[in-house]
Amino acid sequence: MDASELLEPFDRMLATIAMPAAVRAVEGGSDASAMWSELAQSGFLDALVPEEAGGAGLSLSAIAPLIEAIGAHALPLPAAETMVARALLAGTGLASPDGPIALATAGVPGQIVPCGLVAAHVLIDLGDRLVLAPIDALAVTPTGVHHALAVRIGWEGTPAGRDITRPRAGLRALAAVVRATLIAGTAHRLLELTTRHANERVQFGKPIGRQQALQQNLAVMAEDAVVARIAAQLGCAQGLDVSPAAAAVAKSTASSVAARLAGTAHAVHGAIGISEEFDLQLLTRRLHEWRLADGSEGYWNGVLGAARLADPAGSVDWIRAEVFA
Amino acid sequence: MFDTLTLAALPPEDEALRPQIQALIASHVAGLPADRRARSWQGFDAAFSRALGQAGFLGLTLPRAYGGQERGPFARFVVVEELLSAGAPVAAHWIADRQSAPLILGYGTEEQRRAYIPRICRGEALFCIGMSEPGSGSDLASVRTRAERTNKGWRVNGQKIWTTNAMHSDYMIALLRTSGTPEDRHAGLSQLIIDLKAPGVVVRPIVDLTGDAHFAEVFFDNVELPVEALIGGEGEGWKQVTAELAFERSGPERIYSSVVLLDAWIRHLQAVGRRDAGVLTGRFMAEIATLRAMSIACTARLALGESPVVEASIVKDRGTTFEQDLPVAIGDDLAAHPDELVSDELYRTLLYVTHIAPSFSLRGGTREILRGIIARGMGLR
Repeated sequence: MDASELLEPFDRMLATIAMPAAVRAVEGGSDASAMWSELAQSGFLDALVPEEAGGAGLSLSAIAPLIEAIGAHALPLPAAETMVARALLAGTGLASPDGPIALATAGVPGQIVPCGLVAAHVLIDLGDRLVLAPIDALAVTPTGVHHALAVRIGWEGTPAGRDITRPRAGLRALAAVVRATLIAGTAHRLLELTTRHANERVQFGKPIGRQQALQQNLAVMAEDAVVARIAAQLGCAQGLDVSPAAAAVAKSTASSVAARLAGTAHAVHGAIGISEEFDLQLLTRRLHEWRLADGSEGYWNGVLGAARLADPAGSVDWIRAEVFA
Repeated sequence: MFDTLTLAALPPEDEALRPQIQALIASHVAGLPADRRARSWQGFDAAFSRALGQAGFLGLTLPRAYGGQERGPFARFVVVEELLSAGAPVAAHWIADRQSAPLILGYGTEEQRRAYIPRICRGEALFCIGMSEPGSGSDLASVRTRAERTNKGWRVNGQKIWTTNAMHSDYMIALLRTSGTPEDRHAGLSQLIIDLKAPGVVVRPIVDLTGDAHFAEVFFDNVELPVEALIGGEGEGWKQVTAELAFERSGPERIYSSVVLLDAWIRHLQAVGRRDAGVLTGRFMAEIATLRAMSIACTARLALGESPVVEASIVKDRGTTFEQDLPVAIGDDLAAHPDELVSDELYRTLLYVTHIAPSFSLRGGTREILRGIIARGMGLR
């Protein structure tokens, strides 16, 4: 099956279940269980689960377009995170619970978890092992950010739940690759919306996209979107057992372009872009949240730089060995 | 948008070239200081280019019938990546191998192919490219230098400028007006091969701000050329040039111009045992890795026989931005530690790259022109 055969039905389903009005409703506190059950019934959530465990046995690279689509539709559920969690659970020989699973990658109580508000379980990296904790067993507090689905989670002592085998580089590296891929998908959607707006919005008697100054900014926006996608693909290419260096390249790059992409999109749209009723904000709010989640560009650059400085090789040789191998 | 620019891998048979080319480079450049190696694009060493030709590292994409290796753009990627990341002097063969030979192969006559390509593959025929003129840089459609038909062939009058290494070259492939006027824009432009030893050609080096002379201006005063000087179709020059630029804009040469400085700086950090530049180092590594993936993705389109002009513009704009950011950030880092001694070699390398860096985004199409091409690819123009 090639990528488009996989992507088209998935994208159609998201377009149906995650209309902007439905996204807003979930963000406003409505029940997301109907949306989730459609997603669960589609079978896509087990895309990464090995065939012998009842999944589709696909690689992270193969489903990267699906993760991008989740970002592009601003799906208000941790679908990509659940796909990864289900694969890790299957790797440990455990059956997956039915509901949405969020990823907590910091190991400390009080950390902020994207989509925690709509998750049934949280997969928590405790540094030496992963624990799958039911959300009801955790202390959950809203962040107070308007319409955000991220929450703080906390626990006393050790969070209760099943132990899961921890990936080589920890859950954070894997989550960072998924997050970079979500950013890439969101970035491309933002690029389409912004380019269309520039071609349609008339000021001074012509579409604003005819102005060279705007064209230059939009060209950089396109570059940023391309850069985010190819960096995410580099991370996905290593699969679930991603190296810290490849994860770092993916997330550092995606995070470093996310804020500028959101900024240009808003600049081109003008005042209407920051209104709640206009769909742009569904995407740009996520870009900023995801830039901060699972380590920003500064965090991952630090990881990457420390590894580089510890090695006597030349930079290009080092990159080939650590990121492209 | 730009969905075709997607992750691709270098084929193992092309990766296999790497140890041989690494060994050849090491034997020639190991003794050169970093500030010499940082000149890579501008480093002129005809003996090294002939050694590359003898070892089969030139003409990698060209047919064996003309002395080439009959491999693809990926093989070229590997060899060029190694040459530039080591800072090897590539100027002598660079343009002939990278642009002139593929152009002659694609548009030239059989006689032209046999006359020039085998010598290019041996590193013996050195070419420059005459595009810019006074008053016509990125706006090549305004080219004025004229080639008139005579009963024996062509007569050329005019001037080219910013021509890289014209003073060391045997031939120029020039974009000339063969009919009409500059008002006709892209129509009426043709490409001709000019023997730079022909009477009436005068080449004057232009010394740059680093003290090197890699540019030149070239004057043509009634230069007589044979009929066979024309490459491809008369009036097809613009189309031919545009296709050529996709090769020029997407390769490793748009990523690695400052990498000798980067490695010299990292060796300095390692030697003094400083750890506070980890975040900056990491940022550079993430950018190199991403650019490399983009450049390989573009190479994959070339390998499929496409001419990814817009994608190549993205790689070049992004790559040269990185190349230009490096000396600024490294300069800040080193001078942010005023009590830490910096070697002469590192200091000279830093200042050389800093001073020459503006050229990185000029050569092969300026940043603003490239962004205009990208905007057109987005349907904005």
